[in-house]
Amino acid sequence: MPLDPAAVRHIARLARLAVAEDRLEGLRSDLERVLHLFDDLAAANVDNFAPLAHPHDQSLGLRDDVVGEGDRSDELLALAPSAQGGYFLVPKVIE
Amino acid sequence: MSTASIAALAADLAVGRTSAVQLAEQSLQRADAQRALNSFIRLDADAALAAARTVDADRAAGREMHPLAGIPFAHKDIFCTKGITTTCGSRMLQHFVPPYDALVVERLARAGAVSIGKTNMDEFAMGSSNENSAYGAAINPWGSARVPGGSSGGSAAAVAAGIVPFATGTDTGGSIRQPAAFCGITGLKPTYGRVSRYGMIAYASSLDCAGVLARSATDCATVFDQITGFDPRDSTSVDRPADRTADALGQPLAGLRIGVAREYFGGGVHDDVAARTHAALRELEMQGAQLVDITLPSAHHAIAAYYVIAPAEASSNLARYDGVRYGHRSMDARSLDELYSRSRAEGFGSEVQRRILVGTYALSAGYYDAYYLRAQKVRRLIANDFLGAFGSVDLIAGPTAPTTAFRLGEKSGDALAMYAADVNTVAVNLAGLPAISVPAGFAADGLPVGLQLIAPAFAEARLLNAAHQLQRVTDWHLQEPAA
Amino acid sequence: MSTASDVSAEPAWQAVIGLEIHAQLSTVSKLFSGAATAYGAEPNTQASLVDCALPGTLPVANREAVRKAIQFGLAIGATVAPHSVFARKNYFYPDLPKGYQISQYELPVVGRGTLAVRLDDGRMIHVEIERAHLEEDAGKSVHDAFHAETGIDLNRAGTPLLEIVSAPVMNSAAEAVAYMRTVHTLVRWLGICDGNMQEGSFRCDCNVSVRRPGAALGTRTEIKNVNSFRFVEKAIDYEIERQIRALENGEAIVQETRLYDPTRHQTRPMRSKESADDYRYFPDPDLPPLSIAPADIERERTRLPELPQARRQRYVDELGLPEADADQLCADRATADYFEAVLAELPGQAKLCANWVLGEVAANLNEAGIEIDAAPVAAPALAQLLTRLREGIISGKIAKDVFAAMWAGEGDADAVIDARGLKQISDVGALATAIDLVLAEYPGQLADYRNGNEKLLQFFVGQVMKRTRGQANPQQLNEVLRQKLAGT
Repeated sequence: MPLDPAAVRHIARLARLAVAEDRLEGLRSDLERVLHLFDDLAAANVDNFAPLAHPHDQSLGLRDDVVGEGDRSDELLALAPSAQGGYFLVPKVIE
Repeated sequence: MSTASIAALAADLAVGRTSAVQLAEQSLQRADAQRALNSFIRLDADAALAAARTVDADRAAGREMHPLAGIPFAHKDIFCTKGITTTCGSRMLQHFVPPYDALVVERLARAGAVSIGKTNMDEFAMGSSNENSAYGAAINPWGSARVPGGSSGGSAAAVAAGIVPFATGTDTGGSIRQPAAFCGITGLKPTYGRVSRYGMIAYASSLDCAGVLARSATDCATVFDQITGFDPRDSTSVDRPADRTADALGQPLAGLRIGVAREYFGGGVHDDVAARTHAALRELEMQGAQLVDITLPSAHHAIAAYYVIAPAEASSNLARYDGVRYGHRSMDARSLDELYSRSRAEGFGSEVQRRILVGTYALSAGYYDAYYLRAQKVRRLIANDFLGAFGSVDLIAGPTAPTTAFRLGEKSGDALAMYAADVNTVAVNLAGLPAISVPAGFAADGLPVGLQLIAPAFAEARLLNAAHQLQRVTDWHLQEPAA
Repeated sequence: MSTASDVSAEPAWQAVIGLEIHAQLSTVSKLFSGAATAYGAEPNTQASLVDCALPGTLPVANREAVRKAIQFGLAIGATVAPHSVFARKNYFYPDLPKGYQISQYELPVVGRGTLAVRLDDGRMIHVEIERAHLEEDAGKSVHDAFHAETGIDLNRAGTPLLEIVSAPVMNSAAEAVAYMRTVHTLVRWLGICDGNMQEGSFRCDCNVSVRRPGAALGTRTEIKNVNSFRFVEKAIDYEIERQIRALENGEAIVQETRLYDPTRHQTRPMRSKESADDYRYFPDPDLPPLSIAPADIERERTRLPELPQARRQRYVDELGLPEADADQLCADRATADYFEAVLAELPGQAKLCANWVLGEVAANLNEAGIEIDAAPVAAPALAQLLTRLREGIISGKIAKDVFAAMWAGEGDADAVIDARGLKQISDVGALATAIDLVLAEYPGQLADYRNGNEKLLQFFVGQVMKRTRGQANPQQLNEVLRQKLAGT
């Protein structure tokens, strides 16, 4: 399936990956080649097969509703590239 | 160089012929001498020696010791280690110091095994050559121009080079088995859910599996027994009693039916590799195993299904790396959008970015059904193939990889060629089965060949026993690369 | 310009409204981590490693949250799914640490149900609820505390929510608000959500469109995160007007997310949201399907309290209460339970009990600004007071004074009656003495009465009451007084 540059820009935008304009065509043809690999899926006869999302037929284990974790804000905020007054900081967000 | 097994080292430790500190020092020295392999992202001499001293003190105090107590080893840098930088092979996590230990890390520490450092890997476990590491490619000890395989390439190289008797690894599409094959060692990928993923940095959650790379099947069993078991912190962890596989390694092979899958000897498989694989299978046959030709008709769809599903999950799993709470943050972002897109573009390498884009595409509106959903149906088809085959055989066999270790740079410019190297391994992950790669001799180029054995879910004991029986009568796994 | 709320025969426009209500489930820990959910903690002190989406961390689901979702499903007559699936909703936002929200998409835990909603004018509508699903809340962005930056607090991240999605079946802001109130009553009644709207425990997104009657659905806009009944009403009304005005001016409605500005009573487009979101939902590979066994569902069914609609109906049918009383008593379960606890001590006196609960009790609660659970006069205490009233030991008027004293902490009804000497004089002899004294005091009026001015009866009653400081039993007083006045 041919992939156009606008689609690459859209996908990169969805994935929040900056792509320089001069890299766009290289990336486009690269992705197109990978997507071509997937044409193989269309050849498989899967009409009567349910999708398999988890390898085993497992059902979800549930935990009791108890508070098991306390304040770790010092450790967590220490990991942050930018933090102040107990908050993680990001450039101003306008809603 | 040391090819001593865990059991031999444990015996030496028990009688005081050596100490944990001595073993740790020897490992650290070998690691230092073999720096050219670039098999480690980080060595932690101080922590290792401190842990070793504790083990020696415990032993001196007469405490009961685990077979792994005092045994040096290394963790793939994908496992979170409390207070120790964990990079996952990525620039994104260059300075990330986890505030907690992964389950695998906890379990091995509890046994008294002594971690000397963190091994090199393809970034976020995406790769089959270790060339996608932000910290440089690791080198195959069997040839300085050869890749060690990936993504657990550093772990495989470190074990093959005799730096450590075992190392942890993870396998999402072959990342334990293929490097084990390329480096001439034994690599166990357990059943999905047998080892908790807690603290293991995610690539593709429904495929990721922690396991072990070691010299022999026996050693793999010892380590596997220590890291397996139900963990309530991982909702996909399997809640069923784990038999001690180490106790099951004496079973004769008489009557064992091994299905030789025709598809695993397909077009891309080098004749030499096929020949070595058949030769190894004949060794099993001579011990009473029965070889049965089988087919896995959907095997050829596995690569496509895998390279849709794994990137799709990865695109979501790696969304958390946004430069806000930890990890790389771009210095010149003026807005939130720039913070995201630049931090991620700077922090992730090209293969990771490629898979994020492919995965995003496969999940996006208009393509979900044709790609992601269809791939999940093909996944069922592939799992059913195995179920069908295991109706008549006990194990399935084939070459782990179609070739021996390829040259550095040989495929790094061609994603599709690299992906094709996973042709015999990815189906196992799609089905969640246990599999092992065991040394099967050497090809004409002098490089190791690996035999892959695949078992039904939860039959690790059968798998390890067959591998062990092969290693009882062969010495391929004991060969050492020239220093 | 005509509006959707016109009641004329042919309204030019019809509004179509659907609500997505987010009810925070009242668990003590989060949906997928063991961090606390308490409100108002210092920033990020209730954010666990999982909530911060540290590499390698994994979600583990909270049983209690699932149980509460099942209860809601049963309460609206919906099917509780034997298998439901947690899915990832992928988008980037700084208060969403994983870059995806764990929600439910194709297979929600609660399927289709309905809720009967009584409008203010007494009409009933049946609102179809398409689904309800479990999902985790996001964190909080703090925009005004820093100069050029936004602060992120992840305390709320991972808090369990039940998202209750109505069909687009409401046609006015009033209907939407009545529906929202009914859901609010129900979730509090079930004890699955505290309903605290100031703290954001109950909030809603409003999907609004307008169309010509009978035409296909118009383009809708979504007003995000409105957290009061009044704002929901104002926001929807504004949005309906805005859309009608735009359409009548020949403009198209843009499908977008809007924010309600409570100071201007307007909605405006949200800048931070992309108009064409592509959330790339897929089953969360970290979480196998949620299986709920029939036995689990049945167990929850047996734990279910009598629901508000059923109880309201019973109050009307069996207790003979007026509908308005029944409505008010069933506005929340604590009030209804209080009423029933009082009634249990006074069989057959439903109206008396209702009058007191909705009268004195409600007024005092209102004045004190507290909930009925915290009332200083508990149900048994009120029952004692009303029993004394019924026994004729005190009058209705005195009872109110006694109630006030009880509310002020002066003890139970008997203690107050004793301490203040409020027992009614029912003794005929004592009453006769008091009456004789009054008649002797007012001979002129007595003569007038006996000459036919019977209106003076009330004058004498008042005088006797004054002399007895209100403690005369009115019925007996009347009887004895009439006899004395008649001179017999």
